[in-house]
Amino acid sequence: MFILAELLVFAVFFSVYAFTRASHVELFNSMQQTLDTNAALINTLALITSSYFVMRAVAAIRDNRADHSYRWLLAAMFMGLVFLVVKSGEYSHHFEHGINLRTNLFYMFYLSLTFFHFMHVIMGMVILGAVAFKMKQGAYSAEEHTGVESGASYWHMVDIVWLVLFPLVYIMH
Amino acid sequence: MQYQSQAVAKPYFIAAIGLFVGQILFGLIMGLQYVVGDFLFPEIPFNVARMVHTNLLIVWVLFGFMGAAYYLIPEESETELYSPKLALLMFWVFLVAGALTILGYLLVPYAKLAEMTGNSLLPTMGREFLEQPTITKIGIVIVALAFLYNIGMTVLKGRKTVINLILILGLTGLAVFFLFSFYNPENLVKDKFYWWWVVHLWVEGVWELILGSILAFVLIKTTGVDREVIEKWLYVIIALALITGIVGTGHHYYWIGTPEYWQWWGSVFSAMEPLPFFMMTVFAFNMVNQRRRNHPNQAAVLWALGTSVMAFLGAGVWGFMHTLAPVNYYTHGTQITAAHGHMAFYGAYAMIVLTIISYSMPMMNGRKAANSGKSQIVEMWSFWLMTVSMVFITLFLTGAGVLQTYMQRYTDDPQPFMVVQERLELFYWMREVAGLVFLIGLVLYIISFFVGGEEPEQA
Repeated sequence: MFILAELLVFAVFFSVYAFTRASHVELFNSMQQTLDTNAALINTLALITSSYFVMRAVAAIRDNRADHSYRWLLAAMFMGLVFLVVKSGEYSHHFEHGINLRTNLFYMFYLSLTFFHFMHVIMGMVILGAVAFKMKQGAYSAEEHTGVESGASYWHMVDIVWLVLFPLVYIMH
Repeated sequence: MQYQSQAVAKPYFIAAIGLFVGQILFGLIMGLQYVVGDFLFPEIPFNVARMVHTNLLIVWVLFGFMGAAYYLIPEESETELYSPKLALLMFWVFLVAGALTILGYLLVPYAKLAEMTGNSLLPTMGREFLEQPTITKIGIVIVALAFLYNIGMTVLKGRKTVINLILILGLTGLAVFFLFSFYNPENLVKDKFYWWWVVHLWVEGVWELILGSILAFVLIKTTGVDREVIEKWLYVIIALALITGIVGTGHHYYWIGTPEYWQWWGSVFSAMEPLPFFMMTVFAFNMVNQRRRNHPNQAAVLWALGTSVMAFLGAGVWGFMHTLAPVNYYTHGTQITAAHGHMAFYGAYAMIVLTIISYSMPMMNGRKAANSGKSQIVEMWSFWLMTVSMVFITLFLTGAGVLQTYMQRYTDDPQPFMVVQERLELFYWMREVAGLVFLIGLVLYIISFFVGGEEPEQA
C-alpha cells in the first residue's frame, strides 16, 4: 500500500511534467541537451545492478543462507552509494553554473523530480541497512523474511521510478 | 475504566465542551455581524469576535487532545498515569491562562493588551490565530512540556503500542511546531512562511497523527477487531498523511512572495492530501463491518464513522477544491476558504474530540461501557443536528464563495469587495440560521450527558 502511494505521487509528478512539457517543447528540448546523459546512464546501470543484488539477497534468505543474503544487501547498498555519488557530481556541476529551481521551468522540474528521487534512494538505503542489520542479528530465516521482501519491494520501487525518470527527463525529445 | 488515573481526562473534556459552547456563541455573533454590521458594536467588534471564535476553537481542541491522551495512554500502556497530580495542576494552569487571555481580548483593546503583557520584549502578537500574548504562549509551552513529560513517562514505564507512539509523535510535533510562533521576523515573506509551520503543519501534519491514533483506539475498543489489522491501516494512513502533508505546505506559498516552484510543489503534493482522509473513511467503515462484537455505546461508533466521513469531505474534498495554484489564484482568501475551514475543523478535529468524549465519558461517570439507550438517542440527535447543519453552513459559504470569486475576480467586470459582500447577504443569513441549528445540536449534546436510565446490555 505504502509503495503504491509513493508510486502514485511520482506518477502525478510525471504526468504534470509531461503536460507542461507539451506546452514548452522547445525550452525542454534545448535544456535537455545540457544534461549529462552518460552520468545518468551509469546511474541507471547502478540501480539495475543493485536491484539484481537485492533480488539475490531475497533468494539467498529463501535458501536460509543469511550470511549470503547479508552480503548481497551490502552490495546493493554500495550500488546505491554509487548512484548518490554520481548524482551529487551532476548536481554540483549544475550549481557551479548557477542553476537553481528558479532558472527556468525545465530545471524546476528536473531538479525537483531528481531530488525527490534522490531522497528516496537515501530512504531505500536506510531501509536496506535496517534489513541488513536485522539479518546480521539473525532475525530472518527461510520461513520468516517478510521484512526482507518488503525492503526489497521498496528498493525495486525506487529503481522503477528511476527507470521512468531517466528516459522521461534525459532522453525523450 | 481500567485505571483510576484515566479520570483526569474528565475535567479536560468538560472544559473542552464549555469552551466549545463559547466558540459557537461567538461564531453566531460574528455570523450576524456579516449582515448586521454594527451588531454589538463597539462592545464586541468583528475582529475581536473572530479572534475569540478561532482561539477558543484551538484551545478547546487542545483540551480535548490532552484529555484524550490522558485517557487512552494509561489504557494502552497498561499502567497508571505517571503523575495525575501534575495533569490536574496543568489543567488549571491552562484553563486560567486561557480564560485570562480570552477576557483580555474582550475587555481591553488589543494594542493595550499587547502593552500590558510586555509584547515589546518579545513581540509575537498580532498574527492570525497566534494572537495570544507572549506570556500566554510561554504558558502554553510549559503546559505542553509538562504534559509530554507526564504521558512520555507513562509510556516509558508501560506497554508501547503503535497507537501510543503515533499519538506521542503527533503531540510532540504539535509542541515543536508551536515554537515557530515565537519566531517573528521583520520580513513579511519569512513571517508568513514560518507562520504556516505552526498553522499548516499542525492541521495538515501532526494533528492528523493525533486524529488517526484516537480514531484507531476507539475502533479497537468498539469493534474488537485485531490490533494488528488496525495498526497496519494506521501506519499507511499516517505515512500518506505525512508524505502529502509536509510538502503540501507549499499550497500556502503561492502568492506570499516565495519562489514560483512552490506553485508546482504545493499543487502536486497537496492534491494528494485527500488520500489519507479517504483511506481513513474506508478504514473506519471496514473495521465496523468486520466487528467482532456490538459495543453497547453505539453513539461513540456513530461519532467515529462520522469523523472519518466529515474529515474526508471537509479536509479532503473541500480542500482539494481550491488547492491547485491556477484555481487558488482566483479563490484565495474568499468564502471558499471559510467553507473549507468550517467543515474541515469540525469534521476532523471537533468530531474526533467528541468521539473520544462520547466513548470515555460514560465510563468516567462510573458506568460499565455506555450511557442508557435514551441518552444515546439524544446524543445521536445532537450528532445529526450538528453534522447536517455544518454541511449546510459549508454549502452556503461555498455558494457565497463561488459567487464572490466570480463577481469580485473572475468576471470581465469585477466589483469592489463591499459591493459583492452586500450581494451575498442571503447566503450569510442562511448560514446564520444553520449556525443556530448547530447550537441546538450542541445543547442537546450536553443534555445527553444528564439523561439517566439503565445501561444497555452488551450484545
